[in-house]
Amino acid sequence: MTSGAVTAGRRPPPAGRAHRLPALWLLLLAAALVVLAALSVAIGTRDVGLGDILAALGGRIETIAEAAVAMRIPRTLLALLAGGALGLAGAIMQGVTRNPLADPGILGVNMGASLAVVVGVAWFEIASAYAYIFTAILGAGAAAAFVYVIGSLGRGGATPLKLALAGAATSIAFSSLVIAVVLPRADIAGGIRAWQVGGVGGATFERIHPVLPFLAAGFVVALLSARKLNALALGDELAAGLGEHVAATRAIAAFAAILLCGATTAVCGPIAFVGLVVPHLCRLLAGSDHRWLLPFSALGGAGLLLAADIVGRIIARPAELDVGIVTAFIGAPFFIWIVRRQRVRDL
Amino acid sequence: MLAALTDSVAESRRRRAGRRGLVVGLLLALLAATFLLTLLLGQSFTPPQDILRTLLGEDVPGVAFTVGQLRLPRALLAILAGLSFGLGGVAFQIMLRNPLASPDIIGISWGASAAAVIAIVVFGLKGPAVSVLAVVAGLGVALLVYALSFRNGVAGTRLILVGIGVSAMLESVIAYILSTAPAWTLQEALRWLTGSVNGAQLGAMLPLLAALAVFGGLLLGHGRDLEALRLGDDTAAALGVRVGRTRVLVIAAAVGMIASATAICGPIAFVAFLSGPIAARIVGNNGSLPVPAALVGAALVLVGDYCGQFLLPSRYPVGVVTGALGAPYLIFLIVRVNRSGGSL
Repeated sequence: MTSGAVTAGRRPPPAGRAHRLPALWLLLLAAALVVLAALSVAIGTRDVGLGDILAALGGRIETIAEAAVAMRIPRTLLALLAGGALGLAGAIMQGVTRNPLADPGILGVNMGASLAVVVGVAWFEIASAYAYIFTAILGAGAAAAFVYVIGSLGRGGATPLKLALAGAATSIAFSSLVIAVVLPRADIAGGIRAWQVGGVGGATFERIHPVLPFLAAGFVVALLSARKLNALALGDELAAGLGEHVAATRAIAAFAAILLCGATTAVCGPIAFVGLVVPHLCRLLAGSDHRWLLPFSALGGAGLLLAADIVGRIIARPAELDVGIVTAFIGAPFFIWIVRRQRVRDL
Repeated sequence: MLAALTDSVAESRRRRAGRRGLVVGLLLALLAATFLLTLLLGQSFTPPQDILRTLLGEDVPGVAFTVGQLRLPRALLAILAGLSFGLGGVAFQIMLRNPLASPDIIGISWGASAAAVIAIVVFGLKGPAVSVLAVVAGLGVALLVYALSFRNGVAGTRLILVGIGVSAMLESVIAYILSTAPAWTLQEALRWLTGSVNGAQLGAMLPLLAALAVFGGLLLGHGRDLEALRLGDDTAAALGVRVGRTRVLVIAAAVGMIASATAICGPIAFVAFLSGPIAARIVGNNGSLPVPAALVGAALVLVGDYCGQFLLPSRYPVGVVTGALGAPYLIFLIVRVNRSGGSL
């Protein structure tokens, strides 16, 4: 009840300030990212001094401390990229499906990418980074299309419950199949099990490099589709009336989201809930205009994943908690909060 | 006129009872046949007379081990676990009036599984202690999901979605605990992620048997009240059912069974979810579901395990088989409910 009163009290800002306020928040968010990135380089299992950090940033890896810092730099970069991609993908999926529970993890898209990669490794002996990424994107796309078709059958279209259930069912089926593929292959089981938890540890510049073109393409297409997503938010009929090609818009935006989460999953394994949490939080700051919401979600996702990675390094010292587990712990309560906030009729 | 009406009602009641009896009999026969098949036929064929002599306690060379130590415990565990999952699952489905509200979808099995993994891997516990912890955790998760979905009463939709969220979190707990365990525990890991009856031992089954007897008896004893809940809380109350008390009892009994089974063989994917709807399909509109659903559950685990062991190119735990079977059924259910115009 109180939450309803609060949202009712938050009036949209007057037109003149509308553009200045989100811009300010965006700057603040970017500043927070810089701070987080600095923390991520400085904090870890091994304590390092400022001198070591500066030396490692300059490219020196002579002492152990400098080497540790040098390993944290690509890791930080990967967390930023993956988080940004997942946050943005989540915002697009929520826009395309007009569904508050849409998330690459919940909808089974990440699991689709996983299954495709596992099948590729086990049966087709893919090894090159590009083959990994292509397979993952293919799997993500197939899973997304499948879940969306199942979830939107029948009356009421893609309701949150139907989509979430279709996603959960698909995830369980895919994870059974992943096990079925991996089980007879002791040679690849260990690596795949570690990859499946979802993490950015052990990142190197060589591993990040191949996904950059895919992520860049995803980011560009996603940000360009912002205006069209605004039209979709009005409802299909109204959007069509405004001259939008509804189906084409959906397909293009969804393609961007699939590029983003497929490429991310190929490098980091399936990471859930970032795409769910971030757009909701960003909506509080940026409102529902996708031209603001999408960049906010990208920065917010980067920040959340990086923060989760730092937390994972701190709380389990001297071991590390994989970032996928930390995000699940932040994300699942948030998911429940969203479910509780909705009226039953809207679910 | 009235007499004719009561006669025809009584007649149709008798007919339905007859059909239900027939279905239960057939299911029992099917279960017995599968049980015998799994005893007779494994990697090698064992003649029936040898099995009989082993069961009677004679020491037949070779057979005493393959049948007495491997096949018999395995088949018995499969049946016990299947009965528990089937009965517990259908109790939830009837009580919440929603086929999707089964313990494996709303997170209860995952809670029991997470507790068992933590007890075994982190604290090094064994046997009944693990079962007790799993039951406690299962009840805890059930309470948590119920409390979290409570807002002006519990809506089924909200309960299911909250359960999906809780499951996701518990799954990642299990994945993390297992990732810290040594690599050679992969088989063990699979048990807690998908469920398996590998390494069954007669002695370890006693807690499960006890739980099934106590909680199953409790559930079946309140079968009429449970059936009445299917008509809606108000109608059930009007029929003289103490709704709150029945609900608490049903939840406690169902969770107790599911969690005890999970503590031994892991959350065998989808058995709790599938048994009820399959039994309903077989029995038709002919009354009480719990007993047929329990039998269907037992048959599912037994047959699934047999397929996983012998009919597929490599050996899989039963949970992989039921998981791969169950997910398409869940999708079918979503599609069918949509077709018939109902809203999920």
